[in-house]
Amino acid sequence: MLTSFKRIIIFGWKNFKRNPGSSSAAVFILVIVISMITGLYLLQRPVEYLVDTIEEKVDVSLYFKEDSTESEMLTLTEEVEKMPEVEDVTYVSKDDALSVFKERHEQDHLLMESLEELGINPFLASLSIKAINPEKYKDIIEFVEASEYNSLVEKVDYYKKEPILERLFSINDKVNRFGIGFSVILGIVAFLVAFNQIQISLKNAKEEISTMRLVGASNWFIKGPFIVQGVAIGTAAALISLFLFFGGLSIFNSQIEASIPGLDMLGFFSDHFLLILLIQLATGIGVGVSASLIAIRKYLKA
Amino acid sequence: MIKFQNLTKVYPPKCVALDNVSFCIKPNEFVCVVGRSGAGKTTLLKMLIAVEKPSSGRIIFGGKDVSSISSKDLPLLRREIGVVFQDYKLLQNKTVAENVAYVMEIMGKGEDEIRRSVPSILGIVGLEDKANNFPVQLSGGEQQRVAIARAIAHRPKVILADEPTGNLDPYNTKEIVRLLKKIHELGTTVILATHDKEVVNCLDERVVTLEEGKVIRDEEKGRFII
Repeated sequence: MLTSFKRIIIFGWKNFKRNPGSSSAAVFILVIVISMITGLYLLQRPVEYLVDTIEEKVDVSLYFKEDSTESEMLTLTEEVEKMPEVEDVTYVSKDDALSVFKERHEQDHLLMESLEELGINPFLASLSIKAINPEKYKDIIEFVEASEYNSLVEKVDYYKKEPILERLFSINDKVNRFGIGFSVILGIVAFLVAFNQIQISLKNAKEEISTMRLVGASNWFIKGPFIVQGVAIGTAAALISLFLFFGGLSIFNSQIEASIPGLDMLGFFSDHFLLILLIQLATGIGVGVSASLIAIRKYLKA
Repeated sequence: MIKFQNLTKVYPPKCVALDNVSFCIKPNEFVCVVGRSGAGKTTLLKMLIAVEKPSSGRIIFGGKDVSSISSKDLPLLRREIGVVFQDYKLLQNKTVAENVAYVMEIMGKGEDEIRRSVPSILGIVGLEDKANNFPVQLSGGEQQRVAIARAIAHRPKVILADEPTGNLDPYNTKEIVRLLKKIHELGTTVILATHDKEVVNCLDERVVTLEEGKVIRDEEKGRFII
């Protein structure tokens, strides 16, 4: 058994080595296929990064009425803080709002003079709310509006931000759905292209398979070397793709970071190295072996 | 050892390749199956290695009915028979030595035995110096000698040779006939299908003559008469 297994591996390896033309063509096609799938996986990162960045910048503010007391406002703050959907709540008093405004616009003399002339603090105290998930803002606002504290609230800026938030959810959803759909289509196209190439490579093997059968080789002794050949083609293609991506990202990572500040693709690649290697090997070996098996199946039946 | 019993093969719709053929082959016999092209010689040999199934009748080999063999037992049957084809059917991706070793390898013979046997078998067919060549680097005669070496490598009980000299010049034809005689002398049953008169007449062995799928003559020490 072990001897047969060893022989099957040697036969497959020799087939791979002795047909450099067809092996290289199959490896080349698989490199393209693996690169497309790896590219799709890596593309997730900038999309995720952009969505996260936008999400981080989104918050909702709730403005208190002029006559609300400090203690009432702090009670509402505590109630909102208790909600599981809420990540962070910041209470901004009237005075804090005024100082923040002054700090931000101290260079704008006209604005500062107008504020002086007004003689009062025109700002309202507010609550700045950050949700764990932007989809939860609606629930948080509905909770406040339904509560006894609704009478304290002058206005909520959620309704101004709602269309933007919904657009963000829709983009995120579309990107995810497009990614899944594109992966499925790409997977099918990849398999068909690789299958076709491997089948062309095996056309010459038709005669050999028939001879092997005539001299008494069992089906596994015939199939085995083709499986090994598929593994060799898939592994070579995966390693070449890995090298190409690592090399490409090493060269272009600084340009990517310059275009999208904070996006470190090389870091992402290194952190997910094992998973990427696994995806590439699984794609290469999976397509290589299954295409070989399907292609020789009909010769074995003949 | 081999019994062809009322063997008939009809290819649809009505092409009769073999018509009620019956004869026996004893162990260690040398039998020439002769006839014109299309007489049914190749069909007969193909049935013995279960490439074709008879329309009716049976083939008994070593006590087993070949015509109803299961696909699981098929490789085992074929390992008991060495076959030499007119078009050699060598494995083009393997060297001469690897072609000869192949059947021994699929039978699970040990590395040491294979390493010892292959050079001596190549010695028998005079190709020791071509062990590392690929078939494409050999002449037709040399390729046929490799095919013979492969057929005898695992010491089968029977050698089938289907028009082994069909593609060869007279010099190589003599060489192949000499090898087949030598294999027979070493104790192997040889069945030679041919339409080469010279070959049959120089062998002076049993001759079964087929015509239009029927056995019309079966003679010990026969001659090629059609």
